[in-house]
Amino acid sequence: MHEMTIAQSLLEAISAEVRKQNAKPVSAKISCGAFGGVNNEVLCFAFEAISKDTACEGLKLYIEQKPIQAKCKNCSGVFALDLHKPNCPNCRGEDIELLPDAPLLLEEIEFEEG
Amino acid sequence: MRKVTVAKKILIANEEFANQNRRFLSQRKIPCLNVISSPGSGKTTILAKTITTLKGKVKIGVIEGDIQTDIDLQRIQATGAPAVQINTEGACHLSAAQISAALHKLPVDDLDLIIIENVGNLVCPSALDLGETAKIAVLSVPEGDDKPAKYPAIFSRASVVLINKIDLLGVTNFDIEKVNADILKLNKGVKIYPLSAKTGEGMQPWCNWLEGIAAKRKQ
Repeated sequence: MHEMTIAQSLLEAISAEVRKQNAKPVSAKISCGAFGGVNNEVLCFAFEAISKDTACEGLKLYIEQKPIQAKCKNCSGVFALDLHKPNCPNCRGEDIELLPDAPLLLEEIEFEEG
Repeated sequence: MRKVTVAKKILIANEEFANQNRRFLSQRKIPCLNVISSPGSGKTTILAKTITTLKGKVKIGVIEGDIQTDIDLQRIQATGAPAVQINTEGACHLSAAQISAALHKLPVDDLDLIIIENVGNLVCPSALDLGETAKIAVLSVPEGDDKPAKYPAIFSRASVVLINKIDLLGVTNFDIEKVNADILKLNKGVKIYPLSAKTGEGMQPWCNWLEGIAAKRKQ
């Protein structure tokens, strides 16, 4: 349930933008890496609970899970890794390097027209 | 509708504390390890045994993370090592802000190495940077040999994996070769130390590695 920690930070980040824009937020898009361990349903539930009675109440969250990227040391190809089949889809090479996981990002917020 | 691009890291507040901790530690040249595992893998037993084995060679300070109680703190303090307890009161992980406060309660200038024992949980703690030098994952034999495949995040980020309770290998069907192969698939540079904190078997190579990183920082 580290989603509650994430939901709290997310609420602070969106609220800061709401104050700047002085408008009602409708939805927000966030993205995270596969190793961030974010469960979409749990994060939405946590956000709904803590945003009650704030300007973000009712805001719809769209969460994009970004796959793990890996680089093949044989052909230098970069590809989305399937952990259960960890070889390069281009050359079948097994010497691969996991690239850093995508960070947890607040990408954009959609506001009602003022 | 009007879209506004934000492109901001959500865990920025934690990241700022983590960077502050990293600076604090690197200025004092003290390595700091974040130990992560399931509950019951033997983290505290390994730590206590490690501190005893390295007594007189490496001065270790410990930050204990638990949801409740100071049971682990007492076990560490019984070895004579300075230790600080953090109770998360329900939270499944330690945060960088909690570590920042704990670091100021330890006699850091007298230490060669700081070890953080995170809350027992194989998922959540791996998502939060504490400002540590390296992450250490612990997997114990009774948990089963499928854990690296099922929980890839922590095994791919750890610098060292300790496989504890190898004294139980004979009474389980834990396949240590499979575990090694699964971990190396995720993480080529990782060091794997099979050991038993109970019998002491395999403790020496792990303690040698610790002595090495503590000495390297001091140079």
